[in-house]
Amino acid sequence: MSLNTPDSQVCLWTLAHDDPASLATYTANGGYQALRKILADKTPAEAIIAEVKTSALRGRGGAGFPTGLKWSFMPRSVPGPKYVVCNSDEGEPGTFKDRDILIYNPHQLIEGMIIAGYTLGATAGYNYIHGEIFEQYQSWERALAEARAAGFLGSDILGSGWDFELYAHHGYGAYICGEETALLESLEGKKGQPRFKPPFPASYGLYGRPTTINNTETLASIPWILRHGGQAFLELGKPNNGGSKIFSISGHVNKPGNYEIPLGTPFAELLEMAGGVRDGHRLKAVIPGGSSAPVLPADVMMDLTLDFDAIAKAGSMLGSGAVIVMDETVCMVRALERLSYFYFEESCGQCTPCREGTGWLYRIVHRIEQGKGRPEDLDELVRIGRNIGGNTICALGEAAVGPVISFVKHFRAEFEHHIEHKRCLVEN
Amino acid sequence: MPLIEIDGRKLDVAPGATVMDAANQAGIHIPHFCYHKKLSIAANCRMCLVEVEKVPKALPACATPVTDGMKVKTRSVKAIAAQKGVMEFLLINHPLDCPICDQGGECQLQDLAVGYGDSASHYREPKRVVKDKELGPLIATDMTRCIHCSRCVRFGQEIAGLMELGMPGRGEHTEVMPFLETQVTHELSGNVIELCPVGALTSKPFRYAARSWELSRRRAVSPHDGLGTNVQVHVKNGRVYRVVPQENEAINECWIADRDRYSYEALNGEERLTVPLLREGDAWVEASWQDALERVAAGLARVLENRGADAIGGLVSAHQTLEEIYLFTKLLRGLGVEHIDHRLAQAGATVGAGARWLGMPVAALDDLQRVLLVGSTLRKEQPLVAQRLRKAVKRGAQLNVVHSVDDDLLCQVAGKAIVKPSALGDALARVAVALVEAGAPLATAATLAGVTPDDAARTIAASLLGGERKAVLLGAVAQNHADADRIHALAGAIATACGATLGFLTPAANGVGAQLAGALPGPAGMNATQMLAQPRAAYLLLGVEPELDAHDAAAAGTAMRNADFVVQLTAFRTAASDYADVLLPIAPFTETAGTYVNMEGRVQTFHAAVAPRGEARPAWKVLRVLGNLLNLGGFDHDSVEAVRAEVLPQGQDGIAAHLDNTSPADAGVPTAAGDGIERLGETPIYQLDPLTRRAPALQATADAAEPAAWLHGELLARLGLEAGGRVRVIQAGGEVVLPVKRDDRLAIDTVRIAASHPLTAALGARLGGIRLERA
Repeated sequence: MSLNTPDSQVCLWTLAHDDPASLATYTANGGYQALRKILADKTPAEAIIAEVKTSALRGRGGAGFPTGLKWSFMPRSVPGPKYVVCNSDEGEPGTFKDRDILIYNPHQLIEGMIIAGYTLGATAGYNYIHGEIFEQYQSWERALAEARAAGFLGSDILGSGWDFELYAHHGYGAYICGEETALLESLEGKKGQPRFKPPFPASYGLYGRPTTINNTETLASIPWILRHGGQAFLELGKPNNGGSKIFSISGHVNKPGNYEIPLGTPFAELLEMAGGVRDGHRLKAVIPGGSSAPVLPADVMMDLTLDFDAIAKAGSMLGSGAVIVMDETVCMVRALERLSYFYFEESCGQCTPCREGTGWLYRIVHRIEQGKGRPEDLDELVRIGRNIGGNTICALGEAAVGPVISFVKHFRAEFEHHIEHKRCLVEN
Repeated sequence: MPLIEIDGRKLDVAPGATVMDAANQAGIHIPHFCYHKKLSIAANCRMCLVEVEKVPKALPACATPVTDGMKVKTRSVKAIAAQKGVMEFLLINHPLDCPICDQGGECQLQDLAVGYGDSASHYREPKRVVKDKELGPLIATDMTRCIHCSRCVRFGQEIAGLMELGMPGRGEHTEVMPFLETQVTHELSGNVIELCPVGALTSKPFRYAARSWELSRRRAVSPHDGLGTNVQVHVKNGRVYRVVPQENEAINECWIADRDRYSYEALNGEERLTVPLLREGDAWVEASWQDALERVAAGLARVLENRGADAIGGLVSAHQTLEEIYLFTKLLRGLGVEHIDHRLAQAGATVGAGARWLGMPVAALDDLQRVLLVGSTLRKEQPLVAQRLRKAVKRGAQLNVVHSVDDDLLCQVAGKAIVKPSALGDALARVAVALVEAGAPLATAATLAGVTPDDAARTIAASLLGGERKAVLLGAVAQNHADADRIHALAGAIATACGATLGFLTPAANGVGAQLAGALPGPAGMNATQMLAQPRAAYLLLGVEPELDAHDAAAAGTAMRNADFVVQLTAFRTAASDYADVLLPIAPFTETAGTYVNMEGRVQTFHAAVAPRGEARPAWKVLRVLGNLLNLGGFDHDSVEAVRAEVLPQGQDGIAAHLDNTSPADAGVPTAAGDGIERLGETPIYQLDPLTRRAPALQATADAAEPAAWLHGELLARLGLEAGGRVRVIQAGGEVVLPVKRDDRLAIDTVRIAASHPLTAALGARLGGIRLERA
């Protein structure tokens, strides 16, 4: 099986076709067959969840939580409305995969959400789409209209007697709304701030009703799993890391972009696919899973395979699959300053450690970058980071701390140089 | 019951309890800022992080439910580290201005910083500065001090029912602010001052006046509405500096209304009467108490001798203490006077068999499932009763309203009949007939012949027939109504038919006490409205301002001006300066000991917080001496307790036997619901009594705005008037020109014009026909 080709791709295979987003393209290639079969056979929800568990599909939004397990938490038997929500609020710096699914394969996501709705006993589904992407929103809305016209949505879907409807919701661009409970708040029309857990969305979600939230890529993987079987999906990747995954590779490579490749593929192969580090330069560091993931030095990274477990073992995370590549021209102090500014700016301000701590981290890093650092600053950054991490309502606190601690850990000399010489170690 | 262990102590806790609840149960203090027992859980301050065995992260005690077998450590190395970490974050941007901060000495952040903060800060970066917000005359802001606990925001959403403060912005830029720069106007707004754990929200009138540790705390009972709100009066050097809540779960919980909090300003004001004054021709001269009381005794004796006891009227405020009211009535009865009343605002309800009261404990309001509220501008009459009913509605109660205006009660209303004042009785009659239609048994003294229910009445009846624990509550407008007896009879019949309790929302702090003390007309006596409509030669006034308090202000003014001899016992210089003959300075509630009996019949006594100002004296002492001067027997009390023992020999235990909401046997003939325009004249929230009328900060609020004529849009169009213009209002021979305002929540033929206000004192009955002419 070759890499990054349609036959090994779960989500982006439609790109091999003309008019990839159309209902015609999708149905001509097996689209909506999984849904038809489930509705015709009245497949029990337990069987679907079992298949998803077999596939070892793990959440593609960043946390990597096993999807089948998450689905099993949903209390199907609770009467009243229940919801399935798709998290398309792709805001993690470096990540640009979900938007391509919305543009190039919206029907697979729609089918995935309908199957999720059927499996989870939901009455309606919402797709929360990032507020700063518009073409993608329209593409999804067009596909929804096609799906409705074709009878895949609405009442008595395909004569099954089952009703389900999907809606799009355009966000406003706050990073925090990618956090699932902040997303729910925002979807309800409130200020996007995470809720504390418990209760978890499965028991108290959208409008206080049982709700399951999955990432776009996760939900788009569902039809493939049910059509080809969970085992096939698992075998596409490696144990506990089923399937292929879209990697958004950016930074100092010759061909940045989305590459959907099997989980477990060596990083070196992805780098090669992306045309390698830009000419005349050498790899310095990689953030393997979006800006929240701890940075890894080149030598560590070159030995890793791209799957949840391998990267976690190396002290970082696969996250959303956003691979940010940095060559030797990058000033790590400057890079961290930019990242810290992002988290400072995007902290929702609700809970103390993140609201106050992200600003403190940024200001120290900024000072160092400006040549006004003090020798004690580096230990202070780590100390402040440890006081934020684990003490906040949501994971944004940890996301802000991850880069700080890893940058200082792996590139301490560069920071010290900045403090001592009030200038950059890197010539650029 | 989950069994848990907290700091090594084994504990049985209620299912669903949080770790914070368990710690409170065990008497273990977990530091916190955002947690408040009356508010929803926010878990945003993170100060209450504790260690839970087998959980890697520290967890917020306030938001973590207990589970069986859970082991919690609130003081472990890990817990303390988390708490100290949070404290450091809270302090980095908090200004070090404790020495000039009014919260100093009673600041949660300051207190906890001593335990959890470092002595020196690691923070070397620029500190955040936040622009202060204008929240109106009551609440001062220093927003740089805000720690974003969101208690004030949650208070608005959850308790006040009106979200006047929000938290826009993100991250460090998050700020508490009023929306669209409007002021905070809610009648309970001042409670955010106690809720604020830092000095971001403080009392504006109290600003920079005293340090909290200099103040002595005295318990008192608020002298305003009939709830009997418990307060603490904070004093220094014989002066009242502020009033704050005294928690009493059975009455006011931990809240007080803004008028409870800010009316103290009047105590220290320039309008206080501090020396007895005698009229000499057109001038007032200061006098000794001896001379003044002798003048009163001689004056009363002269009227008695010349014209008899029938020529004397006694009007007393139900904001006075039980002991004062009792001695007042004893003195007048001793002289043979039967024209005694405390119900100045009432058009003339009959005197019942017993004292009218709430009919149930105040706290039981929370648990009501069905309520019919009759003739009550509830939020302004009874701010904290409104809060309790909002709570009940949140718990699923259905609130129904019969009134002349559909004011926003800040909660859902199930059924409502909005009719002009004279039709209130008819609206109730329709509800009663709707109940009969639905099969409920009904017996009433009021005639229901020819009454057919409408949809509104049927909706209300259907609501009242459901649920359990119900009440029919009569507000001030119902009590002040000319048809008060009929309204009472119908409300009583409705209550009986649907299994509800009938209750009176007593407008004044001692409304029940005044009835118990006998401040009601004798068998041949006239009530307040009658003795003002048929002027007496002499009036003895205790704590009342007839031209503001009376049902018919114009008649009251005329009666006073034409009387031969008027004595006013008052804490303030009032309009009586124009007509009285003797002004006797008496002590307001903070300067005397006494008793209030609240609407639920609870006897609450209090001591003086400070000595009387100037030559002012507690009214009970004044009346006692006056009794002696008039040679009346039984005026030998040497303490307020002795007076209380006489009026309430069994104390609280004797009260229940005297409470009775039985409807009058004769429901009276309904006043014809005329075709004309009628006045809805309520007492504005900050015109309730002499104190509120003279409290500068309260008088600067939106609720104290000058009276206007409020009309429904349809009526405006019919009369050719325009909102924003002015209108001549004519009633009972008097007229005033008022600004015209539009309020489509009013019943159509109703014009709302505040009573109890100097600017409308020329007008007549609070609820009666009125004429409008283009000004």
